[in-house]
Amino acid sequence: MTDVEQAPGEVLPPVRPQMSRRGRERIFFRHYGLQAGTVVMALIIWVILAVGAPETWLHKDMYSALMSTVPQTGIIALALTLVVIAREIDLSFGSVMAVGSWVFIATGRPALGLIAALAAGLAVGLLNGVIVVRLGVPSLVATIGTMFFWAGIVLVGTNAAGSGTPVGFVPTLLIGRIGGYVPAEVVWMIGLAAVFWLVLNRTRFGAHVYLVGDNEQSARMMGVRTDRVRIAVFALVGLMAALAGIVATLEANFFWPTVGGGALLPTIATVFLGGTSIFGGRGTIFGTVVAAFTISAIEPGIVSLNLTGYYTQVIYGAVIVLALVMQSFVMRRSQR
Amino acid sequence: MVTVTNLLELEEISKSFGEVSALEGVSLAVGDNEIVGLLGDNGAGKSTLIKIITGFHAPNSGTITWKGQRLTHLTVQHARDLGIETVYQERALADQQSLWRNIFMGRERTTRLGLLDVGEMRTETEKLMVEFLRFTSQAVTPETEVATMSGGERQGVAIARALHFEAELIILDEPTMGLSVTETRKTLDFVREIKAAGKSCIFIDHNIFNVHEVVDRVVLVDRGHVVGEFKTAEITLLDLIARMQHVAETGSIENAEKGVTT
Ligand SMILES: Nc1ncnc2c1ncn2[C@@H]1O[C@H](COP(=O)(O)OP(=O)(O)OP(=O)(O)O)[C@@H](O)[C@H]1O
Ligand SMILES: [Mg+2]
Repeated sequence: MTDVEQAPGEVLPPVRPQMSRRGRERIFFRHYGLQAGTVVMALIIWVILAVGAPETWLHKDMYSALMSTVPQTGIIALALTLVVIAREIDLSFGSVMAVGSWVFIATGRPALGLIAALAAGLAVGLLNGVIVVRLGVPSLVATIGTMFFWAGIVLVGTNAAGSGTPVGFVPTLLIGRIGGYVPAEVVWMIGLAAVFWLVLNRTRFGAHVYLVGDNEQSARMMGVRTDRVRIAVFALVGLMAALAGIVATLEANFFWPTVGGGALLPTIATVFLGGTSIFGGRGTIFGTVVAAFTISAIEPGIVSLNLTGYYTQVIYGAVIVLALVMQSFVMRRSQR
Repeated sequence: MVTVTNLLELEEISKSFGEVSALEGVSLAVGDNEIVGLLGDNGAGKSTLIKIITGFHAPNSGTITWKGQRLTHLTVQHARDLGIETVYQERALADQQSLWRNIFMGRERTTRLGLLDVGEMRTETEKLMVEFLRFTSQAVTPETEVATMSGGERQGVAIARALHFEAELIILDEPTMGLSVTETRKTLDFVREIKAAGKSCIFIDHNIFNVHEVVDRVVLVDRGHVVGEFKTAEITLLDLIARMQHVAETGSIENAEKGVTT
């Protein structure tokens, strides 16, 4: 490099002029615009709920309940964020929640069950990755297939019958209430969010997730092992889905073989509302965490406003569309 | 052609994409501190050949030898570790990512803990921008997304990246495409600096004047074959043009040798 820097006959390098205020604003907008949008959305929804149903939303019990539902989608959304940044999608995580719960319950011993369930989730996620990456099936189609397959396997295996959940150390560790108020799972979720942030922003793997989603061929040309990266993000979703499934089952105090059946829409809405680009290459863990709270407030919010439950789907759908519109708005505003 | 001092030797390389045969039994050597120019029509197979050297494509047959060591199952990462850096014709940038992420793509710097050394990468990028790229645009910082940069600036990024990692062999696939006269001059100067620094280079350019100006040896590629090669010192520009025209018309160098030899 030094040979190049000191080209013969070169005078001193020009001092680069300071960037204009508008230029700085544009870069700020481009970097933080979506995250700001996510936070503003959260505040708007909170104000609507606090005004519309103050007896619920200005009471602290509501937040304990909310903190126990957020992780059931939020934990998966963390890993799904990586998948979407890598320009893939996974629709099978609801069924993987059921697989994880079933393995957890079926082992009969919570500690062993937890490990076995996480291993099963990881394996199912890996399988998704292998089908997509090695066999070349587009992830949308592949994971619709595995979604039905694993949901079916759990129904066949359990004969569609539920069962009770264990109590003891592991369940308390996962879903106990700290100080009788803060659900342990939300602490786990925040801890996992910190880990995911670190992985995405401060490891080579995380850098490669962005590169793969931005331009897979460029990444490959520069020596990124893109196949491994793509398989790994699917594996992470499997792992997180198994954990979220166990949390959901323990919270319900009963193992339903259909656990996770309603997770698809809110989890995906979380990732998009969090500002992760459907075109790949962009997204933040911060956005996903904030959006997880917003999305989880929708269902109880509708109930508290005395609207019929059917509105839930309407609003999830609207949020997804709105989030995507917001994304393309920010993208266009910040283009030169 | 083959001597003991060769840095890189390709022998009898063939590569096809399905029905399309891109290379058929191509041999090419690059000597120590040698600048080799590849000339040939669109679709001749030049880019395919260099992608085999970079480990991006695996050849269907043939051997690759680096400093006398036979390379098998070459990967891009392995090739970069050996000291081969490339400016691809496609430029291989990630548009939505920052400048520093593009410069260090696939070669991210890490701290002792194995975490990304973001500060170091930003600083190095800033230095490259001032000293090498000489960006005059106010809007460009190490955080700038490559998508918002001009075509020439983007190309500069790809070239800066290839020169940044102290490679022994630098491959430039049409680096001057779309550049202004001044930028083209600068790029040719880089090639001369590679030579002066004792490194080797493979230089691909459709502009025969550029090629003749900076390379030690020209290799003519036509429809997947190497059809001729000349030391630049031993052939005039006019001769070279005549031979290229002949190759383009007949797909062979032979009669041209008779016709134009001085
Ligand atoms: N990935 C690919 N898949 C299929 N065919 C390919 C691929 N890459 C190259 N080819 C074909 O191989 C042949 C050689 O292409 P190549 O890009 O090596 O030519 P080139 O000499 O670099 O041409 P140009 O000067 O236009 O860049 C062409 O017929 C091209 O269509
Ligand atoms: Mg080419």
